[in-house]
Amino acid sequence: MSTANKPKETSYIEAISQALWEELERDPSVFMLGQDIGDYGGAFKVTEGFLDKFGPERIIEMPIAEQGFIGMAIGAALMGMRPIVEVQYADFISCGWDQIVNVAAKMHYRTRDAVPMVIRGPSGGGLRAGPFHSQSPEGWFAHVPGLKVIVPGTAHDAKGLLKAAIRDDNPILYFEHKYLYRRVKEVLPEEEYVCHIGAAKVQREGSDLTIVTYGAMVQTALLAAEKAQSSGVSVEVVDLRTVFPIDKETVLNSVAKTSKAIMLYEDTRTLGIGAEVSAIIAEEGFEHLDGPIIRVSAPDAPVPFSPPLEDYFIPQVEDVLAAIDRLSAY
Amino acid sequence: MDVKPIEPGAKELQDMYYYMRLGRAIEERLELEYKGGKLTSAIYLGRGQEAIEVGASYALEPGDILAPTHRDMISQLPRGLTAREVFTNHYARANSLTRGKGEASYQGDLKRGLFATVSMLPDFYPVATGAALAFKLRGEKRVAMPLCGEGATSRGDFHESLNLASVLDLPVVFVVINNGFAYSTPPFKEMKLSDVAERAHAYAIPGVVVDGNNIIECYLEAKKAVERARDGGGPTLLEAKTMRMRGHAGHDAAKYISKELIREWAQKDPIDRFEKHLTNQGLLDETGIKDMTERVTQEVAEALKFAEESPYPEGQEAITDVYRQ
Repeated sequence: MSTANKPKETSYIEAISQALWEELERDPSVFMLGQDIGDYGGAFKVTEGFLDKFGPERIIEMPIAEQGFIGMAIGAALMGMRPIVEVQYADFISCGWDQIVNVAAKMHYRTRDAVPMVIRGPSGGGLRAGPFHSQSPEGWFAHVPGLKVIVPGTAHDAKGLLKAAIRDDNPILYFEHKYLYRRVKEVLPEEEYVCHIGAAKVQREGSDLTIVTYGAMVQTALLAAEKAQSSGVSVEVVDLRTVFPIDKETVLNSVAKTSKAIMLYEDTRTLGIGAEVSAIIAEEGFEHLDGPIIRVSAPDAPVPFSPPLEDYFIPQVEDVLAAIDRLSAY
Repeated sequence: MDVKPIEPGAKELQDMYYYMRLGRAIEERLELEYKGGKLTSAIYLGRGQEAIEVGASYALEPGDILAPTHRDMISQLPRGLTAREVFTNHYARANSLTRGKGEASYQGDLKRGLFATVSMLPDFYPVATGAALAFKLRGEKRVAMPLCGEGATSRGDFHESLNLASVLDLPVVFVVINNGFAYSTPPFKEMKLSDVAERAHAYAIPGVVVDGNNIIECYLEAKKAVERARDGGGPTLLEAKTMRMRGHAGHDAAKYISKELIREWAQKDPIDRFEKHLTNQGLLDETGIKDMTERVTQEVAEALKFAEESPYPEGQEAITDVYRQ
């Protein structure tokens, strides 16, 4: 086969752009709000060309007023629109905290009115961007009933889950890992597809131990699994994809098979997503365990700026391999 | 673009009178129940604010949106909130608008254009602004009207909302009910301005001050702003000067408010003033006032009985409706 016929690979960030574009085309009630998303095409160029195609009434540029425009998105959603808010960096979502946790999250519970909206923002570290441009805020929101929280780890899921989020009738936080934007790519299905929110995915099958992870750490887990294979340890990688709701079944099935579990997450250690999944396994999968549940995570510190500091902070393949070694001894 | 206000006719005036009286009767009963220890909830009374509550809300049309705070139960009455709904929600019953899930006076109903408030104020300033954005995007001639007190105008989202509505030319009428106190804090400790309405100038939108105890003035100025917004004229900030005649909540004896100040404002009671006006217009007499007292007293008694006899929700309902399925 000639290379000309080789199917085109789509990057993680292109997958996100495609999902937005296709949903804007599909549903006239979908529109976008955010800073610099118009002429400039967004801080990371996710919406480049969108203004020309969809016009200023659907690609609405915002002043710096996160609480204001997140609140506006809630109001528009209550009126039957499907707003997508782009927060320039996920870190800045804290400015809209009150609207998200007090208004959006509790609305359906109190009044049974749907709030179909997506707030998306680039999260995570690895880009030497320091404490205000590298945070992993998924744990903050996974703790708030009424919200769903999505953190895709592959281009395929970035597209399919974003489309699912836009079509969902609940307020959704969608954190796209900026380290993955241009670093992962794959051939996507030509036909339209939507992923199921709340379904984990086994990204690599294995029999000796399970790594439960999500986001950019999926790539770290896969690299570690590959290396472990050469020393004879077969590692299964479960990608949560949605950190709330958590797909307990897929996690527990994997642990039942391997009897050993490592939680790998880029967020800080205490009360992170991996801590919650550990508790689920301890409560509901205890009889399958042959060793301790091990957490490999960032330490309880802000995300540092200097490269050696950040490398120490973010879990590396070596850290995962050390945990695999430790757990393999059981 | 100045729209000539439509003077309210006899029917409108009588309607507004009924809602003011009903609102006060409901609140008086809630206060009694609260003091008698029969309510598990807090109460946030808007006594003294009836003119702006009813006048502003009555200026809206059926398709419009009102976003009240928890002190603005009375504003919801002209949009169809019933005494039964007020009591069942305060009594946390299964058949209330929030099914026992929202707090006492935090009810709403989207079908009637009523947003259900939260406690953080003015959170619904941006939310109502977003409703107005939806109206504009869809080319609908509808208006959103959020309410808040002068206290909430110190917050950032108040300013963000005014700015966003101004920049995007949205049909919003921002109503500030300046009732003299943010819990116990008087305005001079909150701002250097004497009129909240002056804040409008920073956002290049009209800022209007009205006598918040004069329902005709409240209604006419609100109507003017609502119709200007509906016709594409953009947002207005409307400040109503009034007085919160009770404490912040039921437990608060409001000793920080002088008796003289309360006496002074009692002389300007919005219902007394409106009754005089209606009497002068030949639309009301002693019998009419007595009949109205009887009507609202009965309505309240029936509603309270209905609420007391209504069942509580089953405990396991605590976990339903967290998500839309």
